Amino acid sequence: MNVLSKLTVIGVLLALTACTNPADLGDGNAVDLNGAGAGAGSGLVSDPTSPAYFNQAIGDRVLFSVDQSTLSAEAQATLGAQAQWLLTNTDYNATIEGHADEQGTREYNLALGARRANAAREYLISRGVAGSRLKTVSYGKERPIEICSDEACYSKNRRAVTVLTTDLTG
Amino acid sequence: MMRFLTSLVLGAALLAGAAQAQNQPLRITIDEGIIEPLPYAAPNFVPDSPAAAEYAAEIARVLADDLTGSGLFREIPSTAYISQVTSFDAPVQFADWKAINAQALITGAVSVSGNRLTVRFRLWDVFAGAELGSGLQFAGTTDGWRRMAHKVADAVYSRITGEGGYFDSRVAFVSESGPKDQRRKRLAIMDYDGANVQYLTDSSSIVLAPRFSPSGDRVLYTSYQGGFPRIHILDVGQVQQRVLQSQDGTMSFAPRFSPDGQTVLFSLAQGGNTDLYAMNIASGQSTRLTSAPSIETAPSYSPDGSRIVFESDRSGTPQLYVMSASGGEATRISFGQGRYGTPVWSPRGDLIAFTKQSKGRFHIGVMRTDGSEERLLTASFLDEGPTWSPNGRVIMFTRETQGASGRAALYSVDISGRNLRPVRTPDGGSDPSWSPLQK
Repeated sequence: MNVLSKLTVIGVLLALTACTNPADLGDGNAVDLNGAGAGAGSGLVSDPTSPAYFNQAIGDRVLFSVDQSTLSAEAQATLGAQAQWLLTNTDYNATIEGHADEQGTREYNLALGARRANAAREYLISRGVAGSRLKTVSYGKERPIEICSDEACYSKNRRAVTVLTTDLTG
Repeated sequence: MMRFLTSLVLGAALLAGAAQAQNQPLRITIDEGIIEPLPYAAPNFVPDSPAAAEYAAEIARVLADDLTGSGLFREIPSTAYISQVTSFDAPVQFADWKAINAQALITGAVSVSGNRLTVRFRLWDVFAGAELGSGLQFAGTTDGWRRMAHKVADAVYSRITGEGGYFDSRVAFVSESGPKDQRRKRLAIMDYDGANVQYLTDSSSIVLAPRFSPSGDRVLYTSYQGGFPRIHILDVGQVQQRVLQSQDGTMSFAPRFSPDGQTVLFSLAQGGNTDLYAMNIASGQSTRLTSAPSIETAPSYSPDGSRIVFESDRSGTPQLYVMSASGGEATRISFGQGRYGTPVWSPRGDLIAFTKQSKGRFHIGVMRTDGSEERLLTASFLDEGPTWSPNGRVIMFTRETQGASGRAALYSVDISGRNLRPVRTPDGGSDPSWSPLQK
């Protein structure tokens, strides 16, 4: 993916959502009704303390192989940067959403999503983020972001998305 | 919403003076062999008034849908009839029904008085020239007419097959609408044939996999209300629900009742690991049944409550295992090529239905409880989540179609793999759970 063109697209999205107030992040569910880590987040990508920076410049999600919850080197790099950000921006907590592709039963995919979310959480903890700031939830195959029935879509749906929240219930 | 549970009191009474058939040559034996559907005639039930005539016609239609829909019976169209039935008590002209090869004849009468509906029927073995079983009468309120039709169909099915019927039953399911990435799900309940749909939740939270209690009065399901998957229990009559299982930092799902209705088996995910638990509903006490780093989910009790079949990936891929209801050592029972999930013990105790994923296709299959004699009943892009009819002869499941416009729908198939049929629902449907026969 060409980073520049990606950022351009994001810039357009931000223009449309520029009025979003960071305080709105307080309702963990309202941020992400689709469980897809949707939206560019608030603030400007150019501001390293903004959720937009976290979501887009760092990347809010990591991807997994079929049936797997092991973290690739790329996933570890993303999570490492997420951990750094969370250590700096302590106003934010996170809920990590685990997802699966549609190839599997509903029950198994729920359990698999739980595994993936936990793998991401454990990695963030290993990099210094307090476990009390990190919740996990599995959506199994209930919330795909890509809807084709090919590996091109499946690979993007097998994901763990770190969704920033400002609720401090831990 | 409570119409079916409270306002319909079905009375069944034997009709006096019915002849007893000595031997019963009219018989379908349900096995795995090919069955030629049994031809039958069901002339419109004789009405006692114009109001009754409307019910008679509707009852005849539902009766025919039930019997023909089972795949075991074939209705002879009324255009082929030589004689008509104008009186319930008049002698049957067997020769006229033999001539059109009607092996079974169903005669009936419908009367209406105010909002009271009475349905009487008799089943005849045409070639033996005798009644099969005794005449029956069902009485109730007029809005229960469908149930009376189903009860007649159950009686006919039962007398001819020697097995229990399944028509007077309900199905809890998830009604689905919207595109795949914004799917809206609502808990719903309907008659087994798709009639009388009631919605039990709105679509503000994801709901998954409802499961009927053994007496049909309660439904367990998983809801994301509150942001995390938790098990809820719903009283069907009152349409009241509450959270059954909730523990901070965990997710609970895949619930199922024990045969006595007092215990719930379920999966609990904690720290990324999913294991099986059993909870006593009255006390709220949970017992952990498995503790392995692998995924253990989709548990189902044997009908006697002594064993549990479940899905685990402890071998590296999801497979089926059986263990004692108290936990402990589990025996793997699935050994074919592919991945196995969502095992469900048949109400007869003889088979386990499951979902199988192999070579990019999904199947609904059945196997003996020791894993032998595996048979696949269906094949498609995505079939999953079987549920048994009350008599253990039919399986309903979810079929989802491929691609961006993929849609989930309910289907049924009999355990020989024949008679695959879509089940009519207003929107998409998934995760069916078949109730016991209604009382």
